[in-house]
Amino acid sequence: MSKILIKGNSAIVRGALLGGATHFFGYPITPASEIAHSAAELFTKSGRTFLQAESETSAINMIYGSSAAGARVMTATSGPGLSLMLEGVSYLAGCELPSVIVDVQRAGPGLGNIWPEQSDYNTCCKGGGHGAFKNIVLAPASGQEMTDFAYKAFDLADEWRMTVILLSDAYIGQMMEPVGFPEEAKHGARKDYAVYGDAESRGNLVSSIIMNQQGLAELNAKLQAKYRRAEEELVDWEEQQTDDAEYLLAAFGITSRIASTAVRMLRADGIKAGLFRPKTLWPFPSGRLAELAGQVKAMGVAELNDGMMADDVDLAVAGTVPVHRFNWFGGYVPSAEELVAQVKEAYNG
Amino acid sequence: MVKHTKPKGFYDEFLRKAPEGGPAAGTTHYCPGCGHGTVHKLIAEAIEDMNIGDRTIFLSPVGCSVFAYYYMDAGNIQCAHGRAPAVGTGVIRTRDDAIVISYQGDGDLAAIGTAEIVHAANRGENMAVFFVNNAIYGMTGGQLAPTSLLGQTTATTPFGRLQEREGGPIHMAEVIDALDGPVFVERTTLSNAAGVMKTRKAVRQALSNQVERRGFSFVEILSPCPVGWKMTPVQSRVWMKEEMEKNFEVKKFRDRDHVTRSSGRMNLMDDDALLELLLPAEGKEAVSTAKLEEELRVKICGFGGQGVLSAGTLLANAAIVDGLEATWLPSYGPEMRGGTANASVVISSLPVGSPVIARPTALLAMNGPSLDSFEDDVVSGGLIIVNSSLVKQKVKRDDVKVIYAPVSAMASEAGFIKGANIVMLALYLLNAEAPSLDGLKSVIPRLIKKKELVDVNLKLIDRAEEFNKG
Amino acid sequence: MGVIVAENHVEVNADLCKSCRVCVETCPKHCLEIGSGINALGYQAVRFDSEECTACGMCFYVCPEPGVLTVIKGADK
Repeated sequence: MSKILIKGNSAIVRGALLGGATHFFGYPITPASEIAHSAAELFTKSGRTFLQAESETSAINMIYGSSAAGARVMTATSGPGLSLMLEGVSYLAGCELPSVIVDVQRAGPGLGNIWPEQSDYNTCCKGGGHGAFKNIVLAPASGQEMTDFAYKAFDLADEWRMTVILLSDAYIGQMMEPVGFPEEAKHGARKDYAVYGDAESRGNLVSSIIMNQQGLAELNAKLQAKYRRAEEELVDWEEQQTDDAEYLLAAFGITSRIASTAVRMLRADGIKAGLFRPKTLWPFPSGRLAELAGQVKAMGVAELNDGMMADDVDLAVAGTVPVHRFNWFGGYVPSAEELVAQVKEAYNG
Repeated sequence: MVKHTKPKGFYDEFLRKAPEGGPAAGTTHYCPGCGHGTVHKLIAEAIEDMNIGDRTIFLSPVGCSVFAYYYMDAGNIQCAHGRAPAVGTGVIRTRDDAIVISYQGDGDLAAIGTAEIVHAANRGENMAVFFVNNAIYGMTGGQLAPTSLLGQTTATTPFGRLQEREGGPIHMAEVIDALDGPVFVERTTLSNAAGVMKTRKAVRQALSNQVERRGFSFVEILSPCPVGWKMTPVQSRVWMKEEMEKNFEVKKFRDRDHVTRSSGRMNLMDDDALLELLLPAEGKEAVSTAKLEEELRVKICGFGGQGVLSAGTLLANAAIVDGLEATWLPSYGPEMRGGTANASVVISSLPVGSPVIARPTALLAMNGPSLDSFEDDVVSGGLIIVNSSLVKQKVKRDDVKVIYAPVSAMASEAGFIKGANIVMLALYLLNAEAPSLDGLKSVIPRLIKKKELVDVNLKLIDRAEEFNKG
Repeated sequence: MGVIVAENHVEVNADLCKSCRVCVETCPKHCLEIGSGINALGYQAVRFDSEECTACGMCFYVCPEPGVLTVIKGADK
């Protein structure tokens, strides 16, 4: 496979088009704007649709309409834009409409700044909008995964009739790496619930309002059953040097890259470290973490937030091993050296 | 002969409303005398007469008409409050042949959804918007609407709407008429039979515009809300005539020359064309097989405009050509525009872990501040190359290799001052384990966008080689 | 000795009427009135009682309910 050096934010658009995306509606925001730039060029040139909306609120509702009309549709944004989109994400969930959202995380709260954080974790992994729903959350850690996850996201969204969020960050989005691309283009199939403006779909209704309590309770029960099934079937993760690890670092996205180097440095210093990197943040790979808790002496969770994933790790290991928290905010990204120093301090006391 | 009866644009029975059937499945959920039912009827009749039921996608809003999908025999989408024009944009951009109807009330369209309606109208989306203005919030219990009249008493203006407090009523037809996008804008009234018949005509015009793909049509319909206004249905129509129509001028604002509007979309590429567009061209497989024992961490720093970021991409590309892994991470944002900039490039035989460089193995300092900032970080035994054209101070460290090279002057002498970054990069490659200088030479013709600059860049590499020989 | 098969008239589906009186007020020939019976929805439904009907359809269009009124045009006299 030939590779080109490309920004994660550009790679994702190519993966999406090859994955069958036909429509992109978005609103520019740093550090996600290159996605809109690439989409404006490549969706348009390939005869697909790119439209810059007047706001993220409108963008997500364009997605709602386009998905209701049967398209494979996506947007890209960052934290402040994601907040505006959450209304629509809840409606998508209520209607079980598929969609793909890329969140290139920046630092918050508020306008914050344009450097990386991973503080949209809870917003994305715990649902985010009103009502009890979930999104499938994939955490790319490289330009290659930006492409690969975008490529498969539309199949996942269609199959599960859910929103798939690619939870990236400013560094994974802005960084250039060699990336190879899948050599087969995929296409979405006709959806029996969508409205196509034809006789066959004339009887269809896309709606999330169910006025009788029993009917809405039944929808919720159906959604929850689907989510339990997803927890069984969709979890995905990567392990590095966990076979004999006594200290397990858990991290996703950009911090997993730093942790990967840190594991190598810790081993050079005589500490048998390993890396656990969730590729799906929801569903969260709790089962495997619980297994590893029986093997290692301690765990550490490195993330650019206040310990959002660490909460899920705590739940998974249920107090059986100490879980150290290594947290940074404000757009500051630590070096591997800094992480190593913190691990040593926490582990060796 | 039946002249007028329940139009076929309605479902025969409203089973989404009353699954059990019977009279409840024959009536609307609207209060007695409400205008919504009349507007629904006019639309349903037009759908039947124009034979567009199969093609129609009807958008229900939030408000009293949230359940319009109970009645309209079409593809139905229920939308979030105010967002129907954005939803409709998504639909019509997906189904070129659909007839998209956005049906909205005054809270939906003129309060929470002002951005969506204004921009859909301004883009001239192929859709028909029916805006039912009854000057009050019906469903939530009679609160102030953006279109409530001054002095009007509502649940949230118990002492009457006051200009100084709530502002005056918003005139949406006039707002929409201020935009270039729409082809048809009219305000009608349901206060009397003649008004209803004019509304009927406007509805049909708006839908016929859709059939002909003429663009965006907007019909504002003044409509009674007897219960919300605390009047009888008959009184409410009198109030419309005497109060509402004085404030909201009933008129046709615009009926543009009818021209079919294209989707503006380019030809749809098939799979082969898409792959050709997206995949890298053949023949760029890595040819060389450089091996590195330790990863290289290169920090390239300078003023914005000195080409440090592009030098970084050239370096990373040269590494890939040599079969190595690489990451390129920019410092970016405001500092790119005039301040200092730097690129971090990590090169390795193994997949790169952290792209963040705390301890560079090499520092390429294009200006003084860069040397000040990063000199102490360089690993012992590392390399610092200093642009001595601009940097007057000397490196203080004695445990690193230092090269002073006037790269700006060298580039300037060659007549291309912007090539200083290439000289710097070439000097680095001449003194680094990898990638090879040949790798750099091979990527320049591909990556330099201005083709007339390829030769001068290659010439600068020759100068760097001469300089390096001493 | 022609027998008029059908006069202009309005058929009322009385069970669906909400008694808003808008048709009563609108009819130029005063062909409609509110009846005294109570329908399935609890309203006093409108009823048609006149030979003046021109089948103009105004009652049909102003009526907010989809299925209450059907206007029949009679054969030419």
